[in-house]
Amino acid sequence: MSPYLRVVIAILRKDVRKELRTKEIVSSMFVFAVLVLVVFNFTLALDETRALELGPGILWTAFIFASTLGLNRSFAAERENQSLSGLMLAPVDRSAIYFGKLLSNLLFILVMEIFVLPLFVVFFNLNVWEILPGSDLAWFGLVLVLGTLGYTALGTILAAVAASTTMRDVLLPMLLFSFAIPIVIAAAEATRLLFDVDPLSGPGTWITLLAGCATSYLAVSWMVFEYVLEE
Amino acid sequence: MGLTETSGAAVFEARRLTKQFGRIPVLKEVDLELARGRCHVLFGRNGAGKSTLLHVAATLMNPTSGELFYDGKPLAELTSSMRAKIGLVSHQSFVYADLTVRENLEFYASLYGASRDVDELLEWADLALRSGSSARSLSRGMQQRLAIARALAHEPKLLLLDEPFTGLDAAASERLNNLLNEIKGREVTVLLATHDIERGVAIADRVLLMDGGRIVFDATGATADIVDEIRRLLLETSSPRS
Repeated sequence: MSPYLRVVIAILRKDVRKELRTKEIVSSMFVFAVLVLVVFNFTLALDETRALELGPGILWTAFIFASTLGLNRSFAAERENQSLSGLMLAPVDRSAIYFGKLLSNLLFILVMEIFVLPLFVVFFNLNVWEILPGSDLAWFGLVLVLGTLGYTALGTILAAVAASTTMRDVLLPMLLFSFAIPIVIAAAEATRLLFDVDPLSGPGTWITLLAGCATSYLAVSWMVFEYVLEE
Repeated sequence: MGLTETSGAAVFEARRLTKQFGRIPVLKEVDLELARGRCHVLFGRNGAGKSTLLHVAATLMNPTSGELFYDGKPLAELTSSMRAKIGLVSHQSFVYADLTVRENLEFYASLYGASRDVDELLEWADLALRSGSSARSLSRGMQQRLAIARALAHEPKLLLLDEPFTGLDAAASERLNNLLNEIKGREVTVLLATHDIERGVAIADRVLLMDGGRIVFDATGATADIVDEIRRLLLETSSPRS
């Protein structure tokens, strides 16, 4: 195994081990996402048609709010005892730290989303098998992974930026929500189209945009992460 | 050998090293060579630039100007793999509080692909009985020993220690002293910053004093005269920002 990959996997394993012990990131994200769904569910009281139209937006709002909480926590652990400096001493390109943290964040957020999705279906009284028949379910899975990957790619680098500032708790959501607008719009629109509100339009364009955003954020983060850490 | 290369005898060399935070200069044109296998002890008042020098030497900070050489080669020509030769014990332990002592050492060893036996490290640091305890539950002295074991997990050739005696009781300090003497026997080059003059001079092959971001005193050997001289200079020197 290459030293670079070894460091990426070591960081992922360390974060998973820590999360299995403390359960602080996934559980806090899950509770927060459920609370967002509950608030929207009770305040909007949507019928089935309106739920199909507004549900995707509500779902992605819950996901990004909850994910931001988790992203903030992920670098909080690296601030304690300045462990991030310990990682920076590893004898590989420092972008390995980014990809290690990205993979653990992605895993935790996807786990949260998998647990939240059934509750979303129940709260908004949606028949999944009817609205996402056959291959649409696979497309929805792709949207979920691409949207989450793009958001996490951006969130991980911005969490690293915010971690070194005194206003980190405020700065991360402000930066992240601003830069993530294309991802959130594309993910919500692709999901809405998959829910078959408009049968004439497919989600292809939005999925392409999601893939483009995720690729761009990954590439830029890979290039600037070392600079972010050193500054 | 190119004009910019050193003779190769020095494990680390800094030439006209300057570091500024904003407009505040912390290191001012520092020239320093660390000889292979020697223990260099760095004294200085708070704010003299000791920690910054160690962090720059560990490549955690970029210098504002000046040149750094490792094993005679300029830093710019080296890849990140050269960091495998450096171990740093800082004010902070760098360990993960929620992981156990063993898990912390295994994690840091895995970052370097180090084959060193973690059990051996635990024995060496006298932490074998606490290997399953979370790092959070350790006393200050134990955490410091864990931090030193972490820094040694990959068997570095250049060990940078920033005030390693701070917070340790007499027994733990003595144990750390023994550990450092053992390290010296392994041909590891040590740069140690401390406020403990007697203890520092006792283990030093070379004594340095920093003031205002510069090295103002440089002597070899450990004599009673040096202890008195360092103490006198520390009382005389001014802080860098005053």
